[in-house]
Amino acid sequence: MNRLGTIGIVIISVFVLVAIFAPWIATHDVGATNLAMRYMGPSAGHWFGTDSTGRDIFSRVVFGARISLKVGIIVVTVSALVGTLLGAAAGFYGGMIDRFLSGYLFNVFLAFPGLLLAIALVAFLGAGLNKLIFALCIIGWVGYARLIRAQVLKVREYDFVQAARALGAGDFRILFVHILPNAIQPLIVQASLGMAGAVLSEASLSFLGLGVPPPAPSWGVMIEEARDLSTLQAAPHALIFPGLAIALTVLAFNFVGDGLREYLDPRQRRR
Amino acid sequence: MSRTVFGFLRRIGLLILVVWSVVSLVTILIELVPGDPAVAVLGDQATPEQLAQFRAKHRLDRPAFFFGFPSEEGGGRRFRWYGLDNRYDDYWVALLHADLGTSFRTDEPVVNLIFERYPATIELAVAAMIIAICIAIPLGVAAGKNRGTWIDNALSVVALVGISLPSFVIGPMLVYIFAVKLGWLAPSGRFDVSDFILPSFTLGAALSAILTRMVRSSVIEELNEGYVRTARAKGLSERKVVYKHVLKNGLIPVVTVLGLQLGVLLAGAIITEKIFGWPGIGLLLVEDGIGKRDYAIVQGCVLTISTTYIIANTLTDMIYRWLDPRIRVS
Repeated sequence: MNRLGTIGIVIISVFVLVAIFAPWIATHDVGATNLAMRYMGPSAGHWFGTDSTGRDIFSRVVFGARISLKVGIIVVTVSALVGTLLGAAAGFYGGMIDRFLSGYLFNVFLAFPGLLLAIALVAFLGAGLNKLIFALCIIGWVGYARLIRAQVLKVREYDFVQAARALGAGDFRILFVHILPNAIQPLIVQASLGMAGAVLSEASLSFLGLGVPPPAPSWGVMIEEARDLSTLQAAPHALIFPGLAIALTVLAFNFVGDGLREYLDPRQRRR
Repeated sequence: MSRTVFGFLRRIGLLILVVWSVVSLVTILIELVPGDPAVAVLGDQATPEQLAQFRAKHRLDRPAFFFGFPSEEGGGRRFRWYGLDNRYDDYWVALLHADLGTSFRTDEPVVNLIFERYPATIELAVAAMIIAICIAIPLGVAAGKNRGTWIDNALSVVALVGISLPSFVIGPMLVYIFAVKLGWLAPSGRFDVSDFILPSFTLGAALSAILTRMVRSSVIEELNEGYVRTARAKGLSERKVVYKHVLKNGLIPVVTVLGLQLGVLLAGAIITEKIFGWPGIGLLLVEDGIGKRDYAIVQGCVLTISTTYIIANTLTDMIYRWLDPRIRVS
């Protein structure tokens, strides 16, 4: 793994640990408002300062990591599973199944601007964390499906697959025991980039008021609350710290994704 | 030749299928609204007569689709066929007459609202694209020419940071620096040419990062070509070699990405417009549509943005195939 990839892994480890141990790391109650303490700059009492209602920004950023991590893990897992199954079916069976799946279904989802579809879904379903996760899965699976289809098309022509078939293995066994384990390597890269995408989309939708409802400490919600002119004037740190958290997390997953791609594909290493 | 025609027809067929799917999705999504859209718009205080009148006006009292499973009086559900007398059909008929229904709140035709707002969004997207190109070409060329040096590495990191920084972080930061601290530019609105600077930079930042990476790898690839050696051998300055020869060939893939990114910019404009109060279709969707639960506006905006996106992508793809015969064959 290259140097940036290693830096990415370090940042992601910190992010995951912070998310897991949030209740022990946070110094204040995330919801506790205190109007006497509003717009305080960073200090020993409030490491990242306080926001427009006097809530502790450090604690809110820490708990925000939980929301991002939860959304990221669920969205990537579900999308990767659904995408792998549909992509494998299309690549393995070919024919009409492939024509319907990759010729029509994949293309429809690829043709739609992802964020807009998520916005449309949440606009009609109503805002909320679970609906947001659902919407992100709906737009997320197709990337994995396309990738796995291409991989399966390649791997199924290998000699060991022919050998397994000659030995009398059934479709199910060939696909799950022989083809998929040899086809999913690029999925790891896609999953890492997918985590970056999911964290970003959650924050975007929450910023638009379509994700986690406001008192919750989602990073997107915190930025939305910090961007009115009076708060910007009095407490720019209310914007900077959650913004930094999103940027670092997304950057780290992108670093790892790029690093893994290079690592798994030695031909790219010297470019 | 027949191959080209067949490929062209296939693209058009797919385009029609995709647009049909989008329209169907948009009409069916309104069924997912939890509770009754009429109550959501008029509120709990509305009388049954008002609700009924509202439903009749916006045709919400009609069946949603060709068939349904309405509840019977004695409980239970039964299959029923409605034929052409349904809202899905209505929507298509209206759409083919360029009618997207009327706003649930103001009764204004949604088409008029969209026509009023769309130019602002397109202006913003084009401005963002111009800014992105102006940033990406010099940076990409610098990175590609100095491949492997510290300049290249630094620019790669800057590009990755640009991709990772979301617009809703960049935008408010720019507002803080240029409007609040320095007081040079207005924090929001669209009244003056200078009002373009912050929104278009915010919208174009991610694109400029993507383009920088593309220009870089294009330049690296082209620098290895024979014609570059010839150009150098005949004594051209390095500057001329890069800007007259390498860039001309290296920009073909970049142009494609630009076409594909136009659609991404239109969708991304939703967030940028909200940050800067930019009166485009994104703000119409978020504030008047979703914010006020005006589902007719939501349907119209989603349909308009996604159709533009799909058509832009199809056109780009076709132009690219036409420009570069290598892809046509594979």
